[in-house]
Amino acid sequence: MKLNRRVLIGSGAAAATALAAPMAFAGGHGKPRVVVVGGGAGGATAARYIAKDSKGAVDVTLIEPSRMYYTCFFSNLYLGGIKTIDDLGHSYGTMAAGGVNVVHDWAVGVDRDAKTVTLAGGASVPYDKLILSPGIDFVEGAVAGWDLSSQNAMPHAYKGGSQTELLKAQIAAMPQGGTFAMVAPPNPYRCPPGPYERVSMVAHYLKANNPTAKIIVADPKPKFSKQGLFQEGWGKHYSGMIDWIGDEFGGGNVSVDPGAMTVTIDGEVTKVDVCNVIPAMKAGRIAELAGVTDGKFAPVNAIDMSTKAGADIYVLGDASQQGDMPKSGFSANSQAKVCANAVRGALTGSRVFPAKFSNTCWSLIDTNDGVKVGATYEATDEKIAKVDGFISATGETADVRKATYEESEGWYAGITADMFG
Amino acid sequence: MGDPALGAAVFKKCQSCHQVGDQAKNRVGPQLNDILGRTAGGLEGAKYSKSMIQAGQDGLVWSEDTLDSFLESPKSLVAKTRMSFRGLKDPEDRANLIAYLRSFSKGPIGASSMQETGQGIDIKLDPSVLAMVGDAEYGEYLSSECLTCHQSSGSNDGIPGITAWPTEDFVIAMHAYKQKVRSHPVMQMMAGRLSDEEIAALAAYFSNLE
Repeated sequence: MKLNRRVLIGSGAAAATALAAPMAFAGGHGKPRVVVVGGGAGGATAARYIAKDSKGAVDVTLIEPSRMYYTCFFSNLYLGGIKTIDDLGHSYGTMAAGGVNVVHDWAVGVDRDAKTVTLAGGASVPYDKLILSPGIDFVEGAVAGWDLSSQNAMPHAYKGGSQTELLKAQIAAMPQGGTFAMVAPPNPYRCPPGPYERVSMVAHYLKANNPTAKIIVADPKPKFSKQGLFQEGWGKHYSGMIDWIGDEFGGGNVSVDPGAMTVTIDGEVTKVDVCNVIPAMKAGRIAELAGVTDGKFAPVNAIDMSTKAGADIYVLGDASQQGDMPKSGFSANSQAKVCANAVRGALTGSRVFPAKFSNTCWSLIDTNDGVKVGATYEATDEKIAKVDGFISATGETADVRKATYEESEGWYAGITADMFG
Repeated sequence: MGDPALGAAVFKKCQSCHQVGDQAKNRVGPQLNDILGRTAGGLEGAKYSKSMIQAGQDGLVWSEDTLDSFLESPKSLVAKTRMSFRGLKDPEDRANLIAYLRSFSKGPIGASSMQETGQGIDIKLDPSVLAMVGDAEYGEYLSSECLTCHQSSGSNDGIPGITAWPTEDFVIAMHAYKQKVRSHPVMQMMAGRLSDEEIAALAAYFSNLE
């Protein structure tokens, strides 16, 4: 397969649009080309917005190996039995119909001089602007005894899809009174409340199906996102079931043995039935291969998400190091729109507006017991900086919590429509 | 039988979108004078979902019974109504509200008093703010932040649709969040950092989104 420039055969409208685009930007290639790597909340949104808003004036290619996208957000609700796996799956067909050239392949290299992306299938895709939104990979050796070859015995389930299904099956197969262990990640990581919503949803499932089971969490952090809200909910709904071992009690001193199914926390060995290992995270590998990372993540300029490592490359979402925003699907979607507006402006001369960012993370503690935290952000010279924020309060009424959960369902419908069209 | 005086208090839940009484106009939702006996989706000049218009064509007429079931759970009666309202669970609240609405309806069961006016104005704004002409192209960019939750199709699956609102209602609603008169933490935060020009721009964009 060779992805050469498609020849522009002018229907009247297409020719007029091409002529309207300033020639200076086209660089002799015909239409300007944007390549987006990674079809999640950042990449899918950016690709769709550039294609939609440029009305055909920009050639947009999305490179994404999966044919179906399974959201990581709401995957805990699947573990809890509240959503099905089909609720989480989204096809890229609507994006293709919306004018995005969707290529199902792995991006395995970036030649920044030639301005091309190499695919595992051998093709080389040229770009004028490259947007990397590869999500996360795991830091090797982050949890002693665990590596990717152990992900079947001890799933991370921190990328949506098959890993989530595996973890769900393992939880369902636990013996009565068995033990579910989680090794929680150090900061910074994808979805700060995610591990604790997962603990809540696993507890929700076990309470109904395996009420004498236990949950232990080894955590290298002294505190965590929405801690007061989660711990209030755990006491209320799952009293005695969850043992959270934070840093001060040795939660960071942990190793696992996937063969023996044991977890060793601060010297104490425990035999467990399910072990969910969520290792330390770094930017998806292609960001490293493109040479735009510094340490684990890719530093970016807040004004447009362009990388600090060189021109014409942008990094969105979990892979970026941008400042105050949490790594979340909502954040990636927000960053994608700022980036799409800037990239389209640079390529077609369309108006570029000031960067504005926002995020809200909803979490479900038990049926109809939803909580949320959110903030707005702005671009400064130094970083994406927080402007204002809010968080649910402890002791809220059941009506407020139910309304919050229903709102999170509305958000899920909204963001997935916004990503895929 | 409901009590119209108590119904007037219940109507406060409705009046950010609906007006009733002397000089009532269509706002986000249709005005409600003579609602009893009206065909669903049948008031000229009002904005309706396709499914509400279809329901009217299929014979839905607002009576005390049909209003009662609609108000209990709007989406149960008309699945894709634009009305983003959870419903009134208390039968007495519904009876009182319907009694209040009946007082603005003509006909044998309506008193047609037309004296009180319920109007959906949360806050008073300087006329110059309301008169601002928004930059719809800037509004389209700003709207992308709204569309993470509010769907561009106008669908509401737990978060209200905000398309095709009259410009003035949109501006008033956003300023009411900004001034923390309306109580939703996410919306207070989002509106809180928007300038008057930005709110006008968003209103201009969304009013034309069908």
